[in-house]
Amino acid sequence: MTTQTTSQTPTARGTSVTFEHVNKRFGRTQVLHDICLQVPGGQTTCIVGPSGSGKSTLLRCTNRLEEPDEGRVLLGDTEVTDRSANIDAVRARVGMVFQNFNLFPYRTALDNITLALRRVRKLPAEEAAERAREQLASVGLAGLEHRRPAQLSGGQQQRVAIARALAMEPEVMLFDEATSALDPELVKGVLSIMRDLAGQGMTMIVVTHEMRFAQEAAGQVVFLDHGRLIEKAAPDKFFGAPESPRLQAFLSAVT
Amino acid sequence: MFDGLQRVWETFFDLDLIGQTLPTLLRVGLLNTLLLAVLASLIGVVVGVVIAAGLMSSKVAVRLPCRVYVDVLRGLPHILTVYLVGQGLPLAGVTLFGENTYGYAALAIGLLEGAYMAEIFRAGFQSVEKGQIEAARGLGLSHLETLRFVVFPTGARRVLPPLTGQFILVIKGTALVYLLGLTAGQREMFAIAQDTAVLHASLSPLVAAGLLFLAITVPMTYAVNAWERRLREGRQDIAADTASDSANDRDRALAPQGTG
Repeated sequence: MTTQTTSQTPTARGTSVTFEHVNKRFGRTQVLHDICLQVPGGQTTCIVGPSGSGKSTLLRCTNRLEEPDEGRVLLGDTEVTDRSANIDAVRARVGMVFQNFNLFPYRTALDNITLALRRVRKLPAEEAAERAREQLASVGLAGLEHRRPAQLSGGQQQRVAIARALAMEPEVMLFDEATSALDPELVKGVLSIMRDLAGQGMTMIVVTHEMRFAQEAAGQVVFLDHGRLIEKAAPDKFFGAPESPRLQAFLSAVT
Repeated sequence: MFDGLQRVWETFFDLDLIGQTLPTLLRVGLLNTLLLAVLASLIGVVVGVVIAAGLMSSKVAVRLPCRVYVDVLRGLPHILTVYLVGQGLPLAGVTLFGENTYGYAALAIGLLEGAYMAEIFRAGFQSVEKGQIEAARGLGLSHLETLRFVVFPTGARRVLPPLTGQFILVIKGTALVYLLGLTAGQREMFAIAQDTAVLHASLSPLVAAGLLFLAITVPMTYAVNAWERRLREGRQDIAADTASDSANDRDRALAPQGTG
């Protein structure tokens, strides 16, 4: 299968992500069916759909936390799915934020951030700490550098996780239901950071149940159901005039 | 009934004899016991971590030998292992420690404790949440860096309590060095107690040694528990703190966003 897609060179606006005929099975269940999706650089693509629709799996194919069975994933010009590619180098270009934060529990907020700066980016300790402090301040956590994750609220933990990813100066940010595990009153703080980031022209892929966020921040919204890409449109059209009956049913159920 | 108690008292709690034994126990035995226990524990921890890493390998060629090692050394009677290492190695011409019984004893006990510790470490490492590993790999850390900087620090803290139990077994296991023959000055606590017990046809010296073993193991258990609690983090003063931060979180969420 030789699918030549038009140029994916990283534009001035940011690195694009391209999924080409991605298939993924878990045992006998096919969780992704021939997904083709172009995520333009510099804007936010939201992926929505019922649970079990394959949203997270698709997202995780971007940095190969899941290995597609078939198809290609490209990060700019780099083929992520190339077995001979240095996957660690590719991953260092992609920031990821998880539903359950996944902070390292025995490291302080600061050390959570400096670990990869020092080991992957090879920054000297002082410089890494400086960058971590700046990053924590930018997500509103100045002064909490020396807290352990258990000493932070869920919202604060997720903000540390975002700071940890951003400190690496990634080209693309992935959000895997980043607000789903948060108490309702803490969701807004995290969403507002994500909104700021989208506004700054970061390439983002956001798996979310927050329809308002998708409506306001996304450049395009994608609907997945049973592992198939059912519909893809700009938010106005996606929410205002959905075409497929399944998306119509989904939207009327969640909004 | 009273006669029975009297006999028990005389056999196990002959205070004179305990008093006679204690000075030698403290002067010679205690140091030897501690030395052996520390050496054997160090060997055991190193062997345990290495074998545990092997047990978790995806390569059968690595995993299988480690599995066999654990199964054999946990399955054999400890006495046999001590003989195999302590007498077998010198017989085979591997005289790592020359004539020094201590080296062989520490090695033998360390090797067999390593087999138990390997299973403890493996369980601890495997208890580390997959999400933490994904976060580390997602940041671009290699497999080995992830093991070293994420899995090991978390896992090691979780295995402290079961590991303490194993250290206690090591301390008591030092008695096995007796099998390899010791000079008078080399005797650890149990050997001294046993010699004295035979000499006086009384079990009281063993009780004296038992008291000293308790004097080592019980404080150690409490010390490790306290250490573990501190590692987990000094939570006492934090609960109230975190609650007020949640409030800040809310404030921030409701405040207009001016930064960017």
